[in-house]
Amino acid sequence: MTDYKELKLKASSSPHIRAREDTRSVMLDVIIALLPAWAFSIYNFGLRALTVTLVSVLGAVAWEALYRVVMKKPQTVGDLSAVVTGMLIAFVCPVTAPYWMLLIGDFFAIVIVKQLYGGIGKNFVNPALAARAFLFSWAGQMSTWAAAGTSPAVLNPVDAVTAATPLSYLSNGDLAGLWEAFESPTRLFIGTIGGSLGETSAMCLLLGFLYLLGRKVISWHIPVCYVGTVAVLTFLFPRGNDPVSWMLANLFSGGLMLGAIFMATDYVTSPVTRRGKVIFGVGCGLITVFIRYFGTYNEGVCYAILCMNLCVWLLDKYLKPRRFGVARGRKEAAK
Amino acid sequence: MMAQSFFGGVHPQDKKAATNKKPIEKLPPPETVVIPMSLHIGAPCRPVVQVGDHVNMGQLIGEATAYVSAPIHASVSGTVEAIEPRPHFSGVDVLSVVIRNDYQDTLDPSVKPVENPESLTAEELTKIVKNAGIVGLGGATFPTHVKILSGLGKVDTVIINGAECEPYNTSDHRIMLEYPDQVVGGATLLARLFQVDKVHIGVEDNKMNAVEILRQKISEAKAPAEVNALRTRYPQGAEKQLCQSLTGRQVPPGGLPADIGCAVFSVDTAAAIWRAVYQGMPVIRRIVTVSGSGVKEPKNLECRIGTPLSDLLNCCGGVSEKTYKLLMGGPMMGNAQHTADVPVGKCTNAILAFAGDEERTVENPTCIRCGRCVDVCPMHLEPIFMYQYETRGMMEELEAAHVLDCIECGACTYICPGRLHLVQAFRTGKQKINAARAAAKAKAEAAQKKEG
Repeated sequence: MTDYKELKLKASSSPHIRAREDTRSVMLDVIIALLPAWAFSIYNFGLRALTVTLVSVLGAVAWEALYRVVMKKPQTVGDLSAVVTGMLIAFVCPVTAPYWMLLIGDFFAIVIVKQLYGGIGKNFVNPALAARAFLFSWAGQMSTWAAAGTSPAVLNPVDAVTAATPLSYLSNGDLAGLWEAFESPTRLFIGTIGGSLGETSAMCLLLGFLYLLGRKVISWHIPVCYVGTVAVLTFLFPRGNDPVSWMLANLFSGGLMLGAIFMATDYVTSPVTRRGKVIFGVGCGLITVFIRYFGTYNEGVCYAILCMNLCVWLLDKYLKPRRFGVARGRKEAAK
Repeated sequence: MMAQSFFGGVHPQDKKAATNKKPIEKLPPPETVVIPMSLHIGAPCRPVVQVGDHVNMGQLIGEATAYVSAPIHASVSGTVEAIEPRPHFSGVDVLSVVIRNDYQDTLDPSVKPVENPESLTAEELTKIVKNAGIVGLGGATFPTHVKILSGLGKVDTVIINGAECEPYNTSDHRIMLEYPDQVVGGATLLARLFQVDKVHIGVEDNKMNAVEILRQKISEAKAPAEVNALRTRYPQGAEKQLCQSLTGRQVPPGGLPADIGCAVFSVDTAAAIWRAVYQGMPVIRRIVTVSGSGVKEPKNLECRIGTPLSDLLNCCGGVSEKTYKLLMGGPMMGNAQHTADVPVGKCTNAILAFAGDEERTVENPTCIRCGRCVDVCPMHLEPIFMYQYETRGMMEELEAAHVLDCIECGACTYICPGRLHLVQAFRTGKQKINAARAAAKAKAEAAQKKEG
């Protein structure tokens, strides 16, 4: 029979079982959810979409590994969060962006935004979006849009064929011009259009959304409230006389889907309660439409999410769950 | 009358298949039983026997010393060999009565059925419950007679808890399957006691065979009871969540189910009340699920209170040498044991040995702010912030975040992908806050004395 004295028993606190999902598996799910959009970007922009993303991922991982080694902190690249950040940075840049710019973006996101504040879970703005905002120091490179289906050169894409993106038509209120250039909302939805590397295909991004929902990695609150707000506002205040087509053009162009599904839902920089998430999503929608309508810059998604990131602390502080056993609306008994 | 479900919760793999089809086996009583004088929440008992005394099975050996306390009885007949501190499942040594078994199981003359079970007054029934040493056998071990006394006149809803939401555990399930008459009989006694038309028996819907059998027994006996199948979701069997699921009412902060007119008894407690009335038998036995990856042959065992854990494990083929954790109770709220020498108590619904990767420990637990802990907390708390407050020593903020409402169900810790030790931090935090409160109270009293 067993010699019970020989057992090395651990007397730690309950609970004694843990769910299978850990940080790494969550990040892996996000990576899987990004794959359809990545595959589409290669179809849409050629091989350079592959190399740009790979360089960005390797850069992000390398910066994180290097920082942890230099600072003598436990290595964290295994949690795959740097891979996600690297992918997203590539996704929000034009496919023609030079490789050195991506590496600078990686550095800014990983070292300045994330690691200096303590690493995963501690940053207060989304690293990939902050990197994009920073990379607009090179506004020219960041607003050169390769035309869909043109395959810019892998090594030196200076001769890339460029074309206007749907957003530039929207910005001018030129709905007729937009449909002339891009035919139908279906084409916008599928994503054979110009724009940032990973943002063009609403279809593929929504596939990723369904995957994340099914795996319970994110809840529906932020993306639905965000996109819903943009839909309602653009429908109510259309430019031109076709509110439905104006609304669809707004939903399927620019970085709205990518932002709403993959950036605004970033755990670290979004509220933890459901009510907080609803308000966060609506806020992102309001600011996005505001910038698109009144800003000189075509796209509002990046700055809308960054602005709302800064409100998370406030939303978390004031939107507390109702205390158990205390009736709704009634003041808690002083204790 | 499924009014609403509770908020949050988790859905761990239930692991019950290892034992839920295995009938309860009787474990032969051991050579000696070690019966701690603390088998309940409240004041420990005072031994009323001497070393060398002969005791009968069912004889009183420890008397209650306070209002919140419950008497303790000999679980075998034999000779008192020692009265001394022995290892206890709480982790410290506790004064225990050690009885050498004479293998006669001589019943004490005090163990006899009540003559007039149908016409017992509330007072008489409460006294029987008290003298039988009945405590909350679901694991909480709060003395049942105290619960009855504090609930009489206030309670309009009596609930029997057959949820058994902890993974692995099947002892309550087997009790419902094998002793449904005792459960329904106990429910009938409780209905009469609290003068309610119907007792609600709540059972998670992963035990539909138990639901069927109880329904059948209820209709046969025309018993004043109703079985409610509940959604399988941990912690469905937590007292406050069960009340909420069945009545829609929420126990106020710091309150008890009686405050919202509810009284909750586990199925085994109901059965124990039936046995105390119809057999005169005090609590001297316990049904225990022995399971987990370290156990060779998982079983449901009936054993005497005071049997060492090692006896139960040996009866199940022993444990794997890789066993790193020995639990008393379920995997979500049970206590890890230092040794297999501790005895089975009234609370011991399960003994689990873990030899696999159940804990999935990591080197550097890190919060990624995913907020899952907030989504699953059935008490509507925000573990993510409470953890920050506790680890940074922000005690005022921690208290303001209602850490004292935490029922330590472990749902947040189970779900945390960053593998933080949340409940552990909250337990420490609660102790600090309670200690500070006690100190402040003592100080205020001392000041008042000085003035007066």
